[in-house]
Amino acid sequence: MIGIEKLSLTLSGIPVLRDVSLDIAAGRTLGLVGESGSGKSMTALSIMRLLPHGAQMRGKVHLEDRELNELSERQMCAVRGAEIGMIFQEPMTALNPVQTIGDQVAETLLVHGTASRSEARAIARERLARVGLVPERFPLDRYPHELSGGQRQRVCIALAIALRPKLLIADEPTTALDVTTQAQILDLIRELVREEEMACLFITHDLAVVSEMADEIAVMKAGAVVERAPTATLLREMRHPYTRALFDASRHQPERASAKSEAPLLEVRGAVRDYTLRRQRLFGPRPSFRAVDGVSFAVKRGESLGLVGESGCGKSTLTRAILGLEAFQGGEILLDGQPVSTRMPAELRRRMQVVFQDPYGSFNPRHRVARLLTEPFHLTGRPPDLKERIGEALENVGLASSDRDKFPHEFSGGQRQRIAIARALITRPELIILDEAVSALDVSIRAQIMDLLADLQGRFGLSYLFIAHDLTVVRAITDRVLVMQAGRIVEEGETQAVFSAPTDSYTRALLDAAPALPAA
Amino acid sequence: MNWPIQLRLGSALFGVFLLAALLSLVWTPYDVTELEIAAKLSAPSAAHWLGTDHLGRDMLSMLMAGARTSIAVALVAVGIGIALGVPLGLSAAANRGSFLDEIIMRGNDLIFAFPSLVIAILITAVFGPSALNAILAIGIFNIPVFARVARGAALTIWPREFILAARVAGKGKVLISTEHILPNIANLLVVQGTIQFSMGILAEAGLSYVGLGAQPPTPSWGRMLADAQTFFYGYPRLALLPGLAIVLTVLGLNLMGDGLRDLLDPRLRRAVR
Amino acid sequence: MLRYVITRLVSLGLSLVAASLVIFAVVEIIPGDPAAFMLGLNASEDTVAALREELGLTGTLGARYFDWVSGMLSGDFGTSYTYRVPVADLVAARLWISIPLAFYALLLSVLLALPIGMVAAARRGRMFDYGIMGLTQLGIAVPNFWFAMLLVVLLAITLPIFPAGGFPGWDAGAFAALKALTLPAVALALPQASILARVMRSALIETLGQDYIRTARAKGLSEGQAIRRHGMRNAMIPVLTIVGLQFSFLLAGAIIIEKVFFLPGLGLLIFQGITQRDLVVVESVVMLLVFAVILVTFLVDLAYALVDPRLRHSR
Repeated sequence: MIGIEKLSLTLSGIPVLRDVSLDIAAGRTLGLVGESGSGKSMTALSIMRLLPHGAQMRGKVHLEDRELNELSERQMCAVRGAEIGMIFQEPMTALNPVQTIGDQVAETLLVHGTASRSEARAIARERLARVGLVPERFPLDRYPHELSGGQRQRVCIALAIALRPKLLIADEPTTALDVTTQAQILDLIRELVREEEMACLFITHDLAVVSEMADEIAVMKAGAVVERAPTATLLREMRHPYTRALFDASRHQPERASAKSEAPLLEVRGAVRDYTLRRQRLFGPRPSFRAVDGVSFAVKRGESLGLVGESGCGKSTLTRAILGLEAFQGGEILLDGQPVSTRMPAELRRRMQVVFQDPYGSFNPRHRVARLLTEPFHLTGRPPDLKERIGEALENVGLASSDRDKFPHEFSGGQRQRIAIARALITRPELIILDEAVSALDVSIRAQIMDLLADLQGRFGLSYLFIAHDLTVVRAITDRVLVMQAGRIVEEGETQAVFSAPTDSYTRALLDAAPALPAA
Repeated sequence: MNWPIQLRLGSALFGVFLLAALLSLVWTPYDVTELEIAAKLSAPSAAHWLGTDHLGRDMLSMLMAGARTSIAVALVAVGIGIALGVPLGLSAAANRGSFLDEIIMRGNDLIFAFPSLVIAILITAVFGPSALNAILAIGIFNIPVFARVARGAALTIWPREFILAARVAGKGKVLISTEHILPNIANLLVVQGTIQFSMGILAEAGLSYVGLGAQPPTPSWGRMLADAQTFFYGYPRLALLPGLAIVLTVLGLNLMGDGLRDLLDPRLRRAVR
Repeated sequence: MLRYVITRLVSLGLSLVAASLVIFAVVEIIPGDPAAFMLGLNASEDTVAALREELGLTGTLGARYFDWVSGMLSGDFGTSYTYRVPVADLVAARLWISIPLAFYALLLSVLLALPIGMVAAARRGRMFDYGIMGLTQLGIAVPNFWFAMLLVVLLAITLPIFPAGGFPGWDAGAFAALKALTLPAVALALPQASILARVMRSALIETLGQDYIRTARAKGLSEGQAIRRHGMRNAMIPVLTIVGLQFSFLLAGAIIIEKVFFLPGLGLLIFQGITQRDLVVVESVVMLLVFAVILVTFLVDLAYALVDPRLRHSR
């Protein structure tokens, strides 16, 4: 149906793709996996011929018996949307904010001149219903901002399949979504591919997702396809060492020496956080929203405790309250028996540090590493052995003490996350809060950082509160786990027990929804 | 450093007028208060390179001294805008959504309702015209401009994780604003500064044209234009020279602003190509 | 939507109150005794007292402010000290020059700038774009009153197409009146159009990088179609902001330009008011100008809501 032969691409002279060859038959799904920068998205954009300026493409792309690479831009416009539909990663921004969803779906039909205005609206209504947005609840005149991320992605799918294209390209379609929403969108795509007899090119970095979705998998590295085989065969054989490395990294289980005691280090007792919202009516009462609703738990010394939940469940609010950045309305939070608050003493602040998600946003780009690492001493005053402490912290995370004079932009994402950990270590804290600390990293880097965290925990007797949406990571690195939903803790227990036999229905739904990698 | 072409061109243009203004502090070919009625409206010559005006004053000297007035007024007005506007914008951003933020932003909107000319009219009506009025009027108008730019830019920095990290270290709003926010928005402020500088030159010219700016005998480009209006048809030089001086100075500053934006913020350059 | 309109209306009212307080404070409190100020140093005690009585300066500050505001609300702006006629009459005649002039210029600026900005964005990085951007850079740098003087010499004196100055009045017919306002409006519009064209261009280019444009392209829209159908409306949001700000510049500019063309508008009135220390005239005209600016800000806010459904719904 669709075939790519020896596709090469350069961007302003820099090679991005090298001799990529792929083909997909009708009704089949090809999974394209690889780490960031491997050229997955560029392959998709080459098929669509929607490449950035300065791109030079060689090789052939054919759809049925036509050579797409020989078509003019105008002929290509007739192909896009009609014969090839595409959905993208970020549903929050993929739709025009000032146009109704009905118009945006109908536009696919109108622009190809296949329907009159009223027919287009009727088909749009039918296609939206097909992707699960029934007209009774989601009339055509809704605007994107009135829909959730998952619903918006459904709209994107509806407008991509409005003309029943022969090929559907899905570029990381669920990466920005929560697990349960992800499962629904994946089901929808699978169904559509089967029913509509489409070929599907499914691009993702997530090996578990691709192993559930694809009939065939192609693994990309540095612009080239290193291995390609039917899914079952690929998972079984893993001929190429990179494929094996990738799978090992995503299943990586750091070795951890459990040295936990029963003494609680951090105690949260009945914490409540309310937000006041805008008035609904001009002089009506201000409604409030309870983001954290009577949460109680304890982190024991030397323990690694996971906190999982989907976006909006209250875990970020809870994190800020624990860090003493935000006041809470009820209950108490104690660190080693002393109350945590926005005005807690410096010595108490020192004993608790944090590592954030984004290795690019965690540092003031204008400060050197030494200054970045010194920041936690703001309240306690600089220790006399500051220089040694900086060197030691850098070496503890696997960097050189000579890195102190560099700027953050001189490091890779993984190295920056090491610097973030060094910053957390420098005050010699007892508790480190890891707020999605490995979520933004590629699997191979993620495995290394997880090893580092496990190693540091053993060496310094640290306690971790590990906040994440990714269940695999939590499973690999925590002793106990808390599941949070709508501001409450719905389940708490030993990690292995919770994962193998969840008692709460929400936990079960979460685990069922999470795509799993077949065991090695 | 590899300067963009606009920056080189702009600095060269503006540099000429800046040098002329500085030179006029110590030397001009003729005294600008000296009226030589006998030589009035004389064409350019060896004695008067750019000729003389209707009162026989040397045009080159007048232009040099006028550059000094324009640049001084606009520069001080930018200073006022930065000195008051930036702290207001930073504190509004640091207390986003609070009563303080609301007050500062509403106050800004209020000033925006008074064009700088109207402020100048109000001040002049009560205190009489002077160069100081022009500075105040333009300066007051600059405050909300810088407050908005600072607030808007600061709001994009506040949610970044390095700010959270600083808060975890126990740093307060003032320290975070000065140590983390300000250096990261300085680029934008510099660019805005050159834009306001050039707008200040234009505004000063307008105010002195209608008699609300610098008073005689202080030369200013705007008043030279007002004086030249009656002679324009017969002696176009009298209006063309100060007009060109304004155009070139403003053009130079605007080019500098564009060039600085490209130089200081490569991300912006990519967005606009 | 209603809720949004109401909050904007409330903010309009508050701005007017705040602006009137500022003007009242500057004109009636800072000079100390306005009557003595208006009459100058040589006035006798008796004349000052008489004027104080005439201006209604005998009451408390609160009462005076209240009288001033309630007077304005009922169309009574006080009596000009120098002209000896109600300020309302003075203003009414001149308003019909300055306000149409500002709107004429705004219209020219928008009609000129938006298409130019669009074409420049569509051809970004090519010769046309560079040429236009260079010209707008020059246009921004030209003082409008100087450009007006050049226009007079070229199109009124050398080629006598337009009148060099003066205003025949609207009684002389809309064509003659508009003809008299054309050169001033063009002079005012040029720098503003240059700014607006640049804003339009960069706002469009900004939207071109957005994800929804990519979605539209994936649907099969050509680049031009994607710009027209999806880029334009989103780009209007920053453009509207600038159009709103420009009105206040144009109004102020109109006052200056009137001097070049000897147009008997608000500008002439206010500058006479200043030289003759007629505070009543200055105060009223300034209040009117500020009122016009605040009103236009309000209209721009309403226009935002028409363009952006997020505003209609969320507030």
